[in-house]
Amino acid sequence: MSQRTPTSAPPRAPWSYTRFQQRFAPYLFVSPFFLLFAVFGLFPLLFSLFLAFHLWSPLDGIGNWKFVGFENFQLALGPTDMFWKSLKNTVWIGLLSGIPQHLVALPLAFIIHHSLRRFQGAFSTILFLPYITNAVAIAIVFATLYSERLGILNYLGGLVGLDPVRWLGDPNMVPYSVAAVVFWRYVGWNTVLYLSGLQAISEDVYEAATVDGANGWQKFWYITLPLLRPMMFYAFTLTIVGSMQLFEEPFMLLNDGGGSGGAGLTSAMHIFNTAFRDLDMGYASAMSWLLFLAIFALSMLNNYLFTRDGGNK
Amino acid sequence: MKQTAAFALATALLLGTAHAQEKVTLTVAAFPSLDSAIKAILPAWTKLHPNVTINLQAQQFADHHTAMTTALATGQGLPDVMAIEIGYVGKFAEGQGLENLNSAPYSAAQYKKLFTPFTIAQATGSDGRFIAMPTDIGPGTFFYRKDVLDKAGVNPLTMQSSWENYIASGKKIKQKTGAYLVNTAASVYNLVIRTNLKSGEGIYFDKQNNLLVGPDNARFVRAMTLAKQVRDAGLDAKIGEWSNEWYDAFKKGTVATQFSGAWLQGALQNWMAPDTKGLWRVQNLPEKGFASWGGSFYAIPSKAKNKQWAWEFIKFMTLNQQSQITAFQDNGAFPALIAAQKDKAFSEPVEFLGGQKARVLWRDAAAKTQPIDVNKYDSVADQILQTELTNVLEQGKDIKQALADARAQIARRAR
Repeated sequence: MSQRTPTSAPPRAPWSYTRFQQRFAPYLFVSPFFLLFAVFGLFPLLFSLFLAFHLWSPLDGIGNWKFVGFENFQLALGPTDMFWKSLKNTVWIGLLSGIPQHLVALPLAFIIHHSLRRFQGAFSTILFLPYITNAVAIAIVFATLYSERLGILNYLGGLVGLDPVRWLGDPNMVPYSVAAVVFWRYVGWNTVLYLSGLQAISEDVYEAATVDGANGWQKFWYITLPLLRPMMFYAFTLTIVGSMQLFEEPFMLLNDGGGSGGAGLTSAMHIFNTAFRDLDMGYASAMSWLLFLAIFALSMLNNYLFTRDGGNK
Repeated sequence: MKQTAAFALATALLLGTAHAQEKVTLTVAAFPSLDSAIKAILPAWTKLHPNVTINLQAQQFADHHTAMTTALATGQGLPDVMAIEIGYVGKFAEGQGLENLNSAPYSAAQYKKLFTPFTIAQATGSDGRFIAMPTDIGPGTFFYRKDVLDKAGVNPLTMQSSWENYIASGKKIKQKTGAYLVNTAASVYNLVIRTNLKSGEGIYFDKQNNLLVGPDNARFVRAMTLAKQVRDAGLDAKIGEWSNEWYDAFKKGTVATQFSGAWLQGALQNWMAPDTKGLWRVQNLPEKGFASWGGSFYAIPSKAKNKQWAWEFIKFMTLNQQSQITAFQDNGAFPALIAAQKDKAFSEPVEFLGGQKARVLWRDAAAKTQPIDVNKYDSVADQILQTELTNVLEQGKDIKQALADARAQIARRAR
């Protein structure tokens, strides 16, 4: 071996503290992040991938898992399994809450930015409040609003002669009730996102348009929308990821079963139940990875739709 | 030489005093309202064992069991004594993280006959390991509003005699008083599937792990059929349990009957509907269906640091008659210990139930309750069936079809 050592290599300096410090100290200084990431990020990730191919109940203890190959994935992808239903619920609630969020947030931000600029700070604060409110408090308030016999909504409906609605009891109604809460909670967040996007658009463009005789609608359609594209892409992506991982709101409103007939059972809730109530960690891990793939695919689709005709700008 | 002897003497003295004043801290993990019962019993324990301090860690019900599950998985952060609720004891019995109390030094077999029989089966795994000592039980019982039934001219015994009579009486109650029969049709389903099981049968699986759910199982067909009849006749208020509407219905008497554990009396009296004192009565469940409705246990994790004292503590909580009675007086935790059930407090009338001697009735019901086999896929089956029941009730799905679908789904998951 020794004769293969290249003779041209620079002579190795003897060990010195300065040299050690220069070479390794930076690694030492950045190590906390990598250590934390390895323990709390990478390890759970790899462990869940490992578990996805095993049958394991945590009560059996570490090491007592059984390799089952792709069985967990086959189980989740079976046509009758709850996973499909939960995924369908998730997408449906996501659409019901996500689309109105953006349809409202965008014009709202435009109006605040152009017409109500003096109150912009106050509006931003008010709009942002639902986003930072505790989910438990929200659930309690909305459970009271939605209450079939004691709720304010049905009381007001009764005043104008409407029949009481079973907001959280009727399986057909549940997705709308949950979506309304999600909409209420995140519409302000999106408005604030769009507001900051609008502030990045130079006033000169609008002034030029005014000189050219453009009206408000034309300014919105031909200037604001195209220039807001990057922010819209960002906001859409956040909404997609957030909607697909929806857990807090339906869990608090409907308990872990997802309400009547599981109509509000989202994928994240189903995964949680499978892991911590049914103690089937392998199946839950497999579904987590499938959910990850679904989110990834939807994000890619979003990316594609946004870059398809606007990427050349 | 002299020096060594002196050192040895000093060491021995030090060790001796240390031993006499040895302080032990025992960690006990529990959930509400069991923690309240433990606190009530603690003074008696401290009097007996002043050197053993109890560090009580109470978390909310679901959090407690999730924390215990993860602690058992990793073997880290385990308490010395672990409280387990009935819904989890079956799963925990199937795992290997808890001490088998059948074996030495516990040798709990000698104590089993002291408890209400069905609780012992609940804490025994399919491999025969006995993992937890029962502390309280929940005898299933039939609550009814006497004033509402009287107004409708309905005899409670008729309602008890058969499910068909129960529904017929419900129609009469609805017609005469406007009150609903029951909070939700699912209550009837949930009770029918839990009662009159054959020996060796669980709710969803039998002793040999065979799945019992299906379109040809009379118990499930009947349970869904009766629930559907209740819904179709407009007799259920479509109210979920533990909701504001539920409490409101108790307060206003808009729902005439409620099946529950005996513990509901305490909850009604203390916070749900204290003003309805004297209006309620209890009787046994319809068609002599005796059922267990709740219950708590104490277990020792295999990796606990202080198993010896943990066992002493558990024995004090479960086998000591006075402890069991203290818990009963504190929050109505019905003793699992038969001797404690014979206390004179049990033959006293319950004022909230119009002076009825209800506890004797519950004691009798508990003695008649048969053990039900538990299975680790019970919660999977339960969730799938609840969804199918909703399909039947809300969307008019055919019952046989719903049960066939449920069977297929459960069979795939129960591996």
